[in-house]
Amino acid sequence: MEHIRTTKVEQVKLLDRFSTSNKSLTGTLYLTATHLLFIDAHQKETWILHHHIASVEKLALTTSGCPLVIQCKNFRTVHFIVPRERDCHDIYNSLLQLSKQAKYEDLYAFSYNPKQNDAERLRGWELIDLAEEYKRMGVPNSNWQLSDANREYKICETYPRELYVPRIASKPIIVGSSKFRSKGRFPVLSYYHQSKEAAICRCSQPLSGFSARCLEDEHLLQAISKANPANRYMYVMDTRPRLNAMANRAAGKGYENEDNYSNIRFQFVGIENIHVMRSSLQKLLEVNGTKGLSVNDFYSGLESSGWLRHIKAVMDAAIFLAKAIAAESASVLVHCSDGWDRTSQVCSLGSLLLDPYYRTIRGFMVLIEKDWISFGHKFSERCGHLDGDPKEVSPVFTQFLECVWHLTEQFPQAFEFNEAFLLQIHEHIHSCQFGNFIGNCQKEREELKLKEKTYSLWPFLLDDQKKYLNPLYSSQSQKSAVLEPNTVSFNFKFWRNMYHQFDRTLHPRQSVFNIIMNMNEQNKQLEKDIKDLESITAVSGDRPGGQAESTLTTLGQSDATRPTSC
Amino acid sequence: MEFAELIKTPRVDNVVLHRPFYPAVEGTLCLTGHHLILSSRQDNTEELWLLHSNIDAIDKRFVGPLGTIIIKCKDFRIIQLDIPGMEECLNIASSIEALSTLDSITLMYPFFYRPMFEVIEDGWHSFLPEQEFELYSSTISEWRLSYVNKEFSVCPSYPPAVIVPKAIDDDALRKVATFRHGGRFPVLSYYHKKNGMVIMRSGQPLTGTNGRRCKEDEKLINATLRAGKRGYIIDTRPLNIAQQARAKGGGFEQEAHYPQWRRIHKSIDRYHILQESLIKLVESCNDQTQNMDRWLSKLEASNWLTHIKEILTTACLAAQCLDREGASILIHGTEGTDSTLQVTSLAQIILEPRSRTIRGFEALIEREWLQAGHPFQQRCAQSAYCNSKQKWESPVFLLFLDCVWQILRQFPCSFEFNENFLIMLFEHAYASQFGTFLGNNESERCKLKLQQKTMSLWSWVNRPSELSKFTNPLFEANNLVIWPSVAPQSLQLWEDSEAYLLK
Repeated sequence: MEHIRTTKVEQVKLLDRFSTSNKSLTGTLYLTATHLLFIDAHQKETWILHHHIASVEKLALTTSGCPLVIQCKNFRTVHFIVPRERDCHDIYNSLLQLSKQAKYEDLYAFSYNPKQNDAERLRGWELIDLAEEYKRMGVPNSNWQLSDANREYKICETYPRELYVPRIASKPIIVGSSKFRSKGRFPVLSYYHQSKEAAICRCSQPLSGFSARCLEDEHLLQAISKANPANRYMYVMDTRPRLNAMANRAAGKGYENEDNYSNIRFQFVGIENIHVMRSSLQKLLEVNGTKGLSVNDFYSGLESSGWLRHIKAVMDAAIFLAKAIAAESASVLVHCSDGWDRTSQVCSLGSLLLDPYYRTIRGFMVLIEKDWISFGHKFSERCGHLDGDPKEVSPVFTQFLECVWHLTEQFPQAFEFNEAFLLQIHEHIHSCQFGNFIGNCQKEREELKLKEKTYSLWPFLLDDQKKYLNPLYSSQSQKSAVLEPNTVSFNFKFWRNMYHQFDRTLHPRQSVFNIIMNMNEQNKQLEKDIKDLESITAVSGDRPGGQAESTLTTLGQSDATRPTSC
Repeated sequence: MEFAELIKTPRVDNVVLHRPFYPAVEGTLCLTGHHLILSSRQDNTEELWLLHSNIDAIDKRFVGPLGTIIIKCKDFRIIQLDIPGMEECLNIASSIEALSTLDSITLMYPFFYRPMFEVIEDGWHSFLPEQEFELYSSTISEWRLSYVNKEFSVCPSYPPAVIVPKAIDDDALRKVATFRHGGRFPVLSYYHKKNGMVIMRSGQPLTGTNGRRCKEDEKLINATLRAGKRGYIIDTRPLNIAQQARAKGGGFEQEAHYPQWRRIHKSIDRYHILQESLIKLVESCNDQTQNMDRWLSKLEASNWLTHIKEILTTACLAAQCLDREGASILIHGTEGTDSTLQVTSLAQIILEPRSRTIRGFEALIEREWLQAGHPFQQRCAQSAYCNSKQKWESPVFLLFLDCVWQILRQFPCSFEFNENFLIMLFEHAYASQFGTFLGNNESERCKLKLQQKTMSLWSWVNRPSELSKFTNPLFEANNLVIWPSVAPQSLQLWEDSEAYLLK
């Protein structure tokens, strides 16, 4: 609380970001230890979590007061006018401090208390169990086994303790390979496709330079290839643009030389790096934040930001991966530079295309836990949870969610969850309210004792499951269905509900979704009524005749006919 | 003339048909006076039944003895026929070309079409002006139905019956007609029951360079104002275009002569600018290989969504003046047959719940487009694949339907009809077995005796079996004014129609 000088300011104006008539609401602004709160004259509350604040800006004083512009990581932009410059300055300074914490322990998750006891909290953390998930995929089996090589994080600090590798890959081979891979991230199993016996594996770039080789690494790749009895070759996907990968060779890194590895098919797929993605999003937000934007400026801005091009590149890579497995039964090894950004995107999206389980609410949580959290996507750095290097911040996970959203648009029946679920997850990767996304790898999370000190997000989402259900979902038709999205440029659209989530004036005014949900609810209720009434008539039918019985019977019959007629 | 003269080869075997979404089929191609039919030989079922009038352009290609005809349709479909034998192919191509470009309207299919369904309600009589006026008459005492144009002599593009202020007699109307482009004197387009304010539409005033005025014209539109109230004139053209129009005898209302009116200029494009926009849009939709940047820049360059935004913005402005400001409005552009009708009809979609029902929307099309003299015959002669660059070909009506679709997307439960209804109207405006969209105005339709000789589209649509296809299951009557968002982020490309091929 030492950062808060002013806790309450009255007569503050909240401007509508897109209104051309400068519409505004007047109300009171409160500053708490965790939130900035605005309550307008109609008692409508706007809560802004300090951790969500990406930037605060104090603009030049105007006649009506001092403007304060706050941009949030969930793409909310608020524009306040504080009557007195002094108050504005106090709030500005406080927010600067509060939005950038220096230590993990100061994050909201460590003080957030949903009034659960220790047992409940622990059960929450056990909800998603990755060992269970590998079992569901069908490993360990005769070709794949659990390796204890990284049990103490000795080989790779950013990998989880439990890793699955080909049964024939011995520990020296693993250790040897890890020394030849950037940050020790050697090839391990990400997803096993049971019926095709093909695997998605992931790693970081090899330290090949211009000519270096590593026999253990070559052996490990061969072992992965051999673990797939159905196919004699495997793909190695380098998700970077060819030029970037080549430039890495000068630094002693690089990519696999096809001559040194037997039976590999090497492929670049050209997804840009985190810096390109960060500035692309920056440009996109600049364009769509413009007041009175013309159609032409919007589309030329959309084009020059390159955002949809990047989304398409990620999607194309995932499709390539899924095709290799589904159509050719070939195993695929995916990497980028460090194997925690683009590799996570491509492996998780590829699995999602292949396996309908990941398109369910619980399956999607498992997928995020596996390919993002456990394999060391650096959430804290990418989301800027702490006051750190701004060059490490990048919307890699946001892009993943956007790719999933595009899939839900193309396959409206294939997903158990709806858009609100994706938006809610996006909200919480930045909120630091739950422990899941805090830290950059499992080892760090264990050191932070997150499971003891914070709560897991997933049980809270599951409790609210109703809000996130897709009414059009048809689980039957999805059995073993591989999604084959069409990636013609024209199928990629601007995700208005993400980037303008809080700009209600830009949204459709009626939601088909809510109506279908309500209709489903009504149907269920009616069906339940029928059952109840039928059971009553059945019971009363056994009794000797009486007046009460006959009334019930007619009631039951008339109700039973209702749903068929509507 | 006999169609047989144009059909050199009526039938070719072993023709292969390729079209989007379907596997290729081999079958027998037949040409009739109005149709191109392909039936596969196996079970004698038709695979394709295409109206010649739906054909926008054709291309021929030859590889050895195999000829290929690529047919580009007005509804944006592209169909390919592989025809064995060069002579057959050439014959078929020249026949299609001749049959799809017949000059005489009376040779068109609607004059030959005999319905296979029972007519429950004759659509020609479904939306008579008298009935429409009847709907209002209890509430609007200051207005009357005038038959001054009974012989189409006062205004050739107006229907025989129009609604005008009671205070203005027919002689005055005749005078006003001489002061307005095409004789299109101001008439009632919409009456807002909530506050008694109205939308009127007309052609531009013929002020010319020396500022001609017409007392009767001023009296006519002032008759719609309440004491002490101002009205708005929305000119759909930018000021400079309106000023240029004076050199050709046109112009706009001078403040000095219309002191109670505030004039607002908007810029809705017309004619070939819209046609070129459509051509560019469909061309880029058809190119599936282009990368993201190229697609976005082509979509932008087509300007299609810019036109949508401008039209919707103007319609919102009109609706706002009426509903929020409580002011009456007069809308016109140059002729008052294109952008004017887009604005008046969309304003009604926004304001009037009835126009969002199937029946009400049909009445709106009948009143604000057909009766109001939108020249369908000229505007819809060609579509996205034409090269003729004729000034009068223009997707004005398609843009209107697209705007309705945009509002429908934003208010998915407020419309009784669905997207298919809009697509159906688009298709029939360009090629149809029904007479509804033939001719350019009521006068031409009368001369063609369409009511006697052809079937109305509404006779077919308004049967329960057809209606069910066009009904929106989520419809819940919404009696409120619906304000759409016109921000670029809220507008979408109508893929099902514009990008027919990609869905």
